[in-house]
Amino acid sequence: MTDKSQANEQRSSGTAVSPNAATSQLAIELVGINKHFGPVHANKDIDLKVTRGTVHGIVGENGAGKTTLMSILYGFYTAESGKIFVDGKQVTIKDSSHALELGIGMVHQHFMLVDNFTVLENVVLGAEDSALLQPSLDKARKVMAQLARDYELEVDPDALIEDLSVGGQQRVEILKALYRGAEILILDEPTGVLTPSEADHLFKVLKTLREQGKTILLITHKLREIMAITDDVSVMRQGAMVKTLQTKNTDPAELAELMVGRRVLLRVDKGESTPGDVKLEVKDLVVKDDMGITRVKGINFEVRAGEIVGIAGVSGNGQSDMLEAITGMRKADGGKLIVKGKEVVIKGDDGAAKLRDMSVAHVPEDRQELGLVVTFEQWENAILGYQDDDKYGKGAFLSIPAARAEANRHIEKFDIRPANNRLKVANFSGGNQQKIVLAREMSRNPDVLIVGQPTRGVDIGAIEFIHNQIVAMRDAGKAVLLVSVELDEVRSLADRLLVMFDGHIVGEVDPATATEAELGLLMAGVSSENKESAK
Amino acid sequence: MIVRKPLPRWADLVLVPFLNLTLAFLISGLVVLIIGENPLEAVKILLYGAFGYGEGLGYTLHFATNFVFAGLAFSIASHAGQFNIGAEGQAYVAGLGAILVALALDQTHWLLVMPLAMIAAGALGGFWGFVPGYLAAKRGSHVVITTIMFNFIASAFMVYMLNNVLKEPSNMAPESATVVNAGKMPQLREWWDYFGYSPLNVMFFVAILALIATYILLWRTELGYKIRTMGQNPNAAHYAGISNSAIVMIAMTIAGAVAGMIALNEVLGVQNRLVLDFVFGYGFVGIAVGLMGRNHPIGIALAAVLFGALYQGGQELAFMMPAVTREMILVIQALVILFTGAMEGLFRGPLEMMFGMLEFSKSDTKDDAAASSKS
Repeated sequence: MTDKSQANEQRSSGTAVSPNAATSQLAIELVGINKHFGPVHANKDIDLKVTRGTVHGIVGENGAGKTTLMSILYGFYTAESGKIFVDGKQVTIKDSSHALELGIGMVHQHFMLVDNFTVLENVVLGAEDSALLQPSLDKARKVMAQLARDYELEVDPDALIEDLSVGGQQRVEILKALYRGAEILILDEPTGVLTPSEADHLFKVLKTLREQGKTILLITHKLREIMAITDDVSVMRQGAMVKTLQTKNTDPAELAELMVGRRVLLRVDKGESTPGDVKLEVKDLVVKDDMGITRVKGINFEVRAGEIVGIAGVSGNGQSDMLEAITGMRKADGGKLIVKGKEVVIKGDDGAAKLRDMSVAHVPEDRQELGLVVTFEQWENAILGYQDDDKYGKGAFLSIPAARAEANRHIEKFDIRPANNRLKVANFSGGNQQKIVLAREMSRNPDVLIVGQPTRGVDIGAIEFIHNQIVAMRDAGKAVLLVSVELDEVRSLADRLLVMFDGHIVGEVDPATATEAELGLLMAGVSSENKESAK
Repeated sequence: MIVRKPLPRWADLVLVPFLNLTLAFLISGLVVLIIGENPLEAVKILLYGAFGYGEGLGYTLHFATNFVFAGLAFSIASHAGQFNIGAEGQAYVAGLGAILVALALDQTHWLLVMPLAMIAAGALGGFWGFVPGYLAAKRGSHVVITTIMFNFIASAFMVYMLNNVLKEPSNMAPESATVVNAGKMPQLREWWDYFGYSPLNVMFFVAILALIATYILLWRTELGYKIRTMGQNPNAAHYAGISNSAIVMIAMTIAGAVAGMIALNEVLGVQNRLVLDFVFGYGFVGIAVGLMGRNHPIGIALAAVLFGALYQGGQELAFMMPAVTREMILVIQALVILFTGAMEGLFRGPLEMMFGMLEFSKSDTKDDAAASSKS
């Protein structure tokens, strides 16, 4: 404890190492790191040099070994071989508290905060100086004020965590690490949950931290962020370190190619849309969640055959509840849902079957929670939702050969790997799990396809494939509704783009011409249209 | 270096139960040793008593019949994600249906009594499972709580029925009239002398059919697919348009109906009349049978025979080794239930780690080989 408080005092007295003197020094050096998980070689002979006082990006597809490598650095895992140098000294990092003593702090993708504690209590948690709490809290309050001044990390120390925005909670995580004397900060996918403006603020904080001589390791799969903030970038692929580049000497196309191992089209190739009849219509839809909170506050839109309508928005602004309502999973609390000219009224808890019968297919936002039974084998998942179809067994019976044949068709058409319909779905990678869901829903040749977050947690290579499949559905004359928090995705796929904020549709823009700033403002709820619809 | 790997199927189905059982018997052996008897001798008597001669085998299979029904009643509900510990009460109430049909049709033929008694017992047992299912599906009550409560209600209800409705005026004991003709389930010894005086009856074949039917239901029908989807991931079931509430109610009803078959085996197969507490804890042992059998009909069949053997062999042991009293037999049975049911996960963690390590060293040598062949 005394070590830490000394470190704090050192920092707060402003004796930061000047950036110029430090640039020649390595904050972290990894040599020949190896790590297996069972048969999987998660890290193969990884070498990494991170210069002090820089922002160092680490990019790679899911499963490339980024998080494993950082977990080794943070003491969650022990490497089987290889050396770790921190500030030039070789160390063996035993656990995360040891990593903290060495000045390495981590901001996790999923925050590790106690929701009903105040900010101050969370910051002190685990770093109390004595059995009595008050002295620690008083000290933390002073240190936090100093940190807020130094790094623009303003958070009300007495606010409860649950009352903070996601961006605010993330700032608390960063504060926690700094309070414990972190000189090296690891951020794992930090912008996944942030609005564009929150992300901008985070980057400003990171830049300030860099100016003060801190070293930052940024794990991300968003190449735009790498280009915007990092000094150096290391690319990982299949457990190996492919290349480390200076950010100013590279571009997104090169990075994408290094990540995937082949050329990748970052833009979707699609022609003009030719909209036909209205297939899906939503009128004044109101939806409440399980807690009785109104999440969707009267929205209207329509989707025509042969067009992709995109819905953009920061997650948690009613998109999920809207999706549940228009796919029959939740009763609407007002308004109308009209499919192919017929009004649909959901009564019981099997409404999803009703919409499937009307040829509305649904690729859910959360494939593992909703779209799949991960403990089932792939062939069992290939008929999920369509189990009553006589194609897969007459009457009340289920024909295993018929279901397996269907599964094999999916495997072939969607290049699902490994091509084994007896494998449990939990053992497929995220991208292949998503393909299993997409294959099932698209193979039914539906009139309406509703897709939520089609590429969340999916590798770049698979993203390209999935995007092309969605466009192919459109070109085959299907009505497609696409809900995604990935701005790039909705912008490149959608023919018309609606923005959702706080349960309202706050604007419609042309995805081809709308600027990111314009969209960002709409998503954050600051626009004249929002004021109109909100009243 | 700690890696956990899900166990391979054979280890899950064979190795884990085997290790649990071995440990249970080792500790039971210690108990026998402490009271000054020879554990090996005890095992010999137990095995001979359970399997060594026709009458013993008959009793073993008769008990196993009860355990199959009770185990299935637990497992079918378990596949739908419901922890049904109400087989005891479901079977108890079902006894009413069985005896009423048997008494009414005592002058006909058992081939007529049996299906009708099965329907009546199944209906009452099913109803006793349906109500907790309904409360869980529509009112959010937990089936563990409601089924326990329903066991108590069943107990009180049956005492009332026996004392005030079914008891014959001339009889002092709280029991129904006795069936004498067609109401009795034919015992197998009527055809095969081999089974001696054991009460093994035609319900044994019904148990085998129930095992097969359960397999077909769960793995070969749409309803079974829905039940398993619901049990594995209720959200995915909801997404798939499967009504969660309907599945819970259906599964609990089927479970209760299956538990009701115990009534035919005991009331019409042994007692020939309805008596107090005829279920005798079979319903509770069914939980251990279901858990040990991994909720699969084959596993349930094996576990049911094991517990049948423990019941029958245990009685034999108490008779042959006076130092091993009936209470000691209960201790041994409880140890088996404890290790295979409640502490079922005892070996799982360490085994998963062991398999993870095996896997790991295997892949390690493979990599080394690859590396050396490269160089």
